[in-house]
Formats: sequence, C-alpha cells, structure tokens
Amino acid sequence: MTDPLNAVTEKEKGHDLPDSPRSVGWTRPERALLADEDTPLPLDCGENLYPVTVEFETYGKLSAAKDNAVFILHALSGDAHAAGWDAEWEKHKRPWRKDRPGWWDEMIGPGKAFDASRYFVVCANLLGSCYGTTGPWETNPRTGKPYGLDFPVVTVEDWVRLHVRLQDYLGIEKFLAVAGGSLGGQQALAWAINYPDRIRSAVIMAASARIGAQGLAFNAVGREAILSDPCFHEGQYYQHEPPRCGLELARMLGHITYLSQRSMEGKFGRRFQNGTEPGYRLNKEFCVESYLEHQGRSFVQRFDANSYLYLTRAMDYYDAAGTGSGLEAACSAIKARLLLMSFSSDWLYPPEDTREVAKAMLANKKPVSYIEIPSDYGHDAFLLEADQTSPLVASFLGRCD
Amino acid sequence: MANHERWDHCLIYKLIETGASVLDLGCGSGELLGRLVKQKQVCGQAVEADPRRVAEAICCGVDVYQKDMDRGLPEFKTGAFDYVILEKTLQVLYQPMVVMEEMLRIGKSCIVTFPNFNYREVVGTLTSTGRMPVTSSLPYQWYETPNIHLFTILDFLDWVDEHGIEIVDGYAWSNNRSWPVDLPADSREAEELLFVLQK
Repeated sequence: MTDPLNAVTEKEKGHDLPDSPRSVGWTRPERALLADEDTPLPLDCGENLYPVTVEFETYGKLSAAKDNAVFILHALSGDAHAAGWDAEWEKHKRPWRKDRPGWWDEMIGPGKAFDASRYFVVCANLLGSCYGTTGPWETNPRTGKPYGLDFPVVTVEDWVRLHVRLQDYLGIEKFLAVAGGSLGGQQALAWAINYPDRIRSAVIMAASARIGAQGLAFNAVGREAILSDPCFHEGQYYQHEPPRCGLELARMLGHITYLSQRSMEGKFGRRFQNGTEPGYRLNKEFCVESYLEHQGRSFVQRFDANSYLYLTRAMDYYDAAGTGSGLEAACSAIKARLLLMSFSSDWLYPPEDTREVAKAMLANKKPVSYIEIPSDYGHDAFLLEADQTSPLVASFLGRCD
Repeated sequence: MANHERWDHCLIYKLIETGASVLDLGCGSGELLGRLVKQKQVCGQAVEADPRRVAEAICCGVDVYQKDMDRGLPEFKTGAFDYVILEKTLQVLYQPMVVMEEMLRIGKSCIVTFPNFNYREVVGTLTSTGRMPVTSSLPYQWYETPNIHLFTILDFLDWVDEHGIEIVDGYAWSNNRSWPVDLPADSREAEELLFVLQK
C-alpha cells in the first residue's frame, strides 16, 4: 500500500452536535404498516407474514421529482437511526442513544458524503431486528405471545422485498442510490440484482456476494452461545431474564471478527488492565479482555438475542450467485452503477471476495468501480474510515445525480 | 511535463470517436478518461493499481477497477472494448508483452504510447556523459526510476512484426510538436511515440 498506516487506535472524534450545521439535528423515528392480512409479505421460506411494521428515519427533503432519495442499509447490529440525535430516546426506552448520534453520522449530514442538504436520506430497520420493525420480540397476533422462535427465518432478499414496499410507501420510483457496509452492502447488492429498475446506483462497502465458511463458522458459534444459555428458554424469555451471557459471548466473538490483528495490537497489545505486573488471576487481566467484555455488556443492554439468531442466519444464507447459474449470470441483471469498496485488513469480508463482484460486472461488460482502501481497522473500517470513503461516495453520487 | 498539455492526451482525445467504448489501463488520476466520458460520451472503464490514484480517478468521475495488470486481465472479455489505452506504462510493467497481448485481445484497437530510448538526446547523453540519461520523458535518476523495461522504437517494431500486429496509425513527438511518424527515418527524432494497433 502506498500510505504507511499510522492510525491504529479507534478514532475519538468529536460528534457533530444537534445544532451543528453538519448534523441532521434532532430526529424522530417513523413507522409504517407495510403488510397486513390482505397484503402479507411473501418470504423465501414460503410463509406469508403479516402484520409487518417497519421503523424508518428520513433526513433532508425529497425533491419534487422524487429523484434524490438515497437508501441507507444497516448491518447486523444497526437500526434506522443512521444520523443525528434521537429526540425520542426516552419515549422508546433507548437510553444508549442519549449521548451519541446515529451509527453513520460521520457519513450522513449536510456537506457529508450522503449530503442531507442535497439528498433525501432514508434508513429503515430490518425485519427480524429489534428496533421498531417487526421481529421475534413482537407479539404474534395469532398466539398473543412474542414470536420468539416462531418467527419465520428471513433472508436478505426478504428484507429488500419489504423495503421496496417502503419505497412505494414513500412514493419513490427509483432510489438515486442504495448504500451500506457489511450486511448492509449485501442488501445493496441484492437490490441491484433483484430490483434493477428501482435503483440508479449502489455503494457496497466491506461486503461480497456471500460470506465464506470462516464467517459461517463464527456466526454458528455466536448462535450456539445464545442457544445454550440456560436463560434462553426456547426463545420465550421475554417474561424472564434474557440470555445475557449467551448474547454477550456472541457479541464478543463478533467483535474479534470486526477488528484486525494490527488494530488489536495497536489498541490493546498485551497490556494489563491494571498495572504492569501480572495479577495471577483468571478474570479480566488483559485490556483486550475487558474491551470485549465491555462490548458484550453494552450490547445486551440494547439488542435482542433472538434477533441476533435471525439476522446472522440471514447473513449466512445470502449468496448473490444463487444456487445455480453463478455470480456472472446474477450480475447480468444489474442496471445500477456500482461502487465497491473493500478494506485491506478486513478478513470477515476479504477484499478478494469483494473483487469477485467487480469481476462479474466486468465479465458482463458493465462498468464498475472497485477500490481496496488501505486500512488497519479490519471489517470495522467501513464505519471508521469515513475520511477516506467520503470523497469517493460524494463524487460517485454526484455523478449518478 | 504539465498534465494539462500532454500531447498524447490531446491526440488520443482526437483519435477516439464519440460514444466509443474505452478501457484505460493505468489511468493514473483519470483525467483523460474523465474528459472522454464527459465530452465525448464514451463508455469508459479504467484499471489502476495504486489505491490513491484509484480514489482520485473515482473523484474524477471515472469507473476504476483497482488491479495490478501485471497479473493479467482475464476478467475482461475478448473484444469487449473499441479501444484499449496504455499510456507510458509499458516500460514500468513486469510483463509488458503479456499486457500488450491482453490489450490486443480485449480491444478492437489499442493505443499505446511510450518513451523512445533511441531518441537523439537520450543516446547523446548516454554516449557523451557515460551516465543514464535524465530527460523530460525519462525524468528519473537510475535509482528511483519505475522504468524497468526500457526499449527503443526499433525494439518495438521488431516485436510488432514478430507477432503479426498491424500498425494502423503512428505519431512521433518531440520538442512540443507531434507528427505522423515515418519509420525508420524518425527513429532518432522521436522522444515519445503513439501507435494505434490491431491484431
């Protein structure tokens, strides 16, 4: 790589406060009923699901021609609150939103990559998640109990099918762009392949046509941690203690896959949590241990274990190549311009896997942009390398405009 | 040499028809292809190995695929582009002839430009000083040059002959002037050369 990399600790940037000209300011979640008894949502598993509510947020103004909408796609633990400051965190009991803006605030706002003074930015929570969109935590109207494990297995394609309904609900024929990283990037690819006439471009970061066996393995262990927690109770834990230990372990494991060897060395090395001498004890001795524990503990305050099972399974299943004809044939349907960004130290979605999508586009004689961004942040780079990715995204969107 | 007045850019811009499909190998910051896309509505794709330049080219409005072309270009289909361009890059490649063959496979026509090591000033400096020439086309000291395969126009013509490649058009450049090349007469007069090739 041309640039020697020096940033090995997590960025500690000041947030753009609600009154900052670069912030979308105070935000309020909205909800829409997008499937009812008459219009159930057909799922890949064969079930027809209803009712389905979707929580979403919007920033900026939809143009009169409705041609400036950008749809942001969140990853595993994300939500519809992509930017700005949640004015209703108390009402919806989301205290973790009190002191921090939305998860992609560095990229969304006036003058930022997804320029909210120019584009109408939409972000929606995924089906099966736990932030306002229908999921296993919600009451099943047929039983009067939370769905739990009775919730149907959902796929990335199901999410996109549902979000096309949101697009219709908002009266938007074509998104100017869909954009996301990780599981969000896989959704962007699914949009491009399955709904070629509903988008004009796609920004795909730290994602590929499918996750490899290593990724499947990590997801399997994470789910196993949840399933084997004594508090799990076959997913019907909502009246009791949730399976905190299992979810915490799953998150700790996940975090290892989001970092890189170099970022972990830089951030923690072999440092002890307290002092410089070994304490000859088994718990919380090294910094990296307490970091993972902290990540796990804070995650269980805000995430549902069942949702973790369903979302990781959707991630497992997604394979843009389908079961038969292969990625090249799948990409032949694409009409959108694609910007693919991988990150050099990402080993969950390695650059070579992202490149496969670019190769499939070229094999179809379709133009494509593919860049491997030098970064030490591992998979998390798609969230942390906003300085590098912003100008690329802004130029790319400007060209699709 | 200032980028905005690069002779090869100007000439290539003239040679390529409006609406053609163009693959630019080693596009650098993407100025040429960006201009072709914007002003001649070409359907453009670029390839560049250096991520910093890839980023610049994306910002220039060009679709760029990051790749080290020394590793081959099998992802591009035969005859996929009207033109494949390789500007002053042949001499920095590890496998220049592999890349040339790939270009001729992928493009209906290829445009290649390179510095001529047989240029009067280059040979003159070498023979009179006994040291590696540093000129406007070869602006590097021996220890910092990216040029690992320097060659002359005559070497190039030999290769073209041996491989049954047709020279459709050729131009020479020196002293801020370009002209239709006359070979071998211009072999010492041309500081840089541009050829349109077909196979």
